[in-house]
Amino acid sequence: MIGDVVAWLTDPANWSGPNGVPARLGEHVAISVASLAIAILIALPVGFYIGHTGRGASLAVNLANLWRALPSLAVIAIVLPITAAFDNQAGFFVYPTAVAMIVLAVPPILVNTYAGIRGIDADLVEAGRGVGMSERQLLTGVELPLAVPVIVTGIRSGAVQVVATATLGAVFGFGGLGRYIVDGIGRFSLGGAAQMLAGVVLVAGLVIATELFFALLQRLLTPRAIQVHRSATPTPA
Amino acid sequence: MELTGDLAWVVDHLDELAYRTLQHVLLASIAVGMGFLISFVLAVVAVRRRAAYAPILALSDLLYTIPSLALFAALISVTGISLLTVEIPLVMYTLVIFVRNIATGFDSVPADVLEAADGLGYTGSQRLWRVEVPLAVPLIVAGFRLASVSTIGLVTITSILGDSFGGLGFFILEGYRRSFPVELYFGAIPSILLAFAVDATLTRLQRVITPWANPPRSVTAEAAP
Repeated sequence: MIGDVVAWLTDPANWSGPNGVPARLGEHVAISVASLAIAILIALPVGFYIGHTGRGASLAVNLANLWRALPSLAVIAIVLPITAAFDNQAGFFVYPTAVAMIVLAVPPILVNTYAGIRGIDADLVEAGRGVGMSERQLLTGVELPLAVPVIVTGIRSGAVQVVATATLGAVFGFGGLGRYIVDGIGRFSLGGAAQMLAGVVLVAGLVIATELFFALLQRLLTPRAIQVHRSATPTPA
Repeated sequence: MELTGDLAWVVDHLDELAYRTLQHVLLASIAVGMGFLISFVLAVVAVRRRAAYAPILALSDLLYTIPSLALFAALISVTGISLLTVEIPLVMYTLVIFVRNIATGFDSVPADVLEAADGLGYTGSQRLWRVEVPLAVPLIVAGFRLASVSTIGLVTITSILGDSFGGLGFFILEGYRRSFPVELYFGAIPSILLAFAVDATLTRLQRVITPWANPPRSVTAEAAP
């Protein structure tokens, strides 16, 4: 069985064309990066606002609770008929997965941004005000750098979630690496097992790469002064 | 009045909705129950043998990052299309939630309380069952809530393993295959409502069982894919 998977993965035929690994990996990464970027654009400003002003904190926590309960398959399914009505192509194969990915990635980023800003020692912010920093300077010079480790933890959590949901999108016709898994299951008795397992290996590799990327990013972005101070938040997806 | 079209379809399939909802709850319950038992043992080991603590937590964290579709698929080649293929990944995903919550619950017992128990001559198992477990109850219950809700969501994905599984996810997949949005929603909306209902019920239960632990919080703040 392992031999079959290795054979599939080393077969040049599986590395070219629209169903080849580079194309599928490209689709997977493209939709993940785009969805994550949109989720960050939504979640960061809102998280900053809530963290800075303290307004709407309970809303943020409730949102996170609600999100926890959302089955991702159901989210894609609910979006599908709506976007398909607008666009027969992308509305069918791309948007439902992308929308679900954004919906599921916003809460961990938002909540961690809020928690990161909230968790900053109030004396530091006061000291900043004391030396005459404006609110904007406080945000970019004090709060943002100090909150970075926690925020990146949230983004990492959202990213792993996004990669997993993109995989699930294959059930609903999206490409990406999940395609191999879904097609492999569909042709399981006809020798689809190797393709399916190759898909599993590729997806697992992408998840590990994602984790490593964000672990590295976290180390690079964390100000040296607070590097020992690690966030205790677990990072499941 | 004769019912026609979509509404007639919905009314016709209400008994099947009941059956699939029951299946959904059953598949989730088996996983949460098994996951709890395994996690309890792992958490006791982790707390008793400090060296095992970090590896056990790291391993359960790692399992959590594997996309569910990939995990189900990987198991098909080992256990075929069977109940085991459904339950093993579901159980694995509950581990990270339970182990962390139970171990943190044990950890939260103050050292002098443990010493007092030892001083009273409690044996190891007496101390576990009469002191550590009762004091860890708030976090254990919080873990139950989170594990149940996340498992409910994952059960929908088991529909890819065939019509005998999937709970409410069955309608989602069949509705998609038949390009029939009514059936798609017939599965998607109840599965979301089921998750919300279980969350609300367990939150209430949490308040009843551990009224002193308010607000009841879980240590793991996020859910599975």
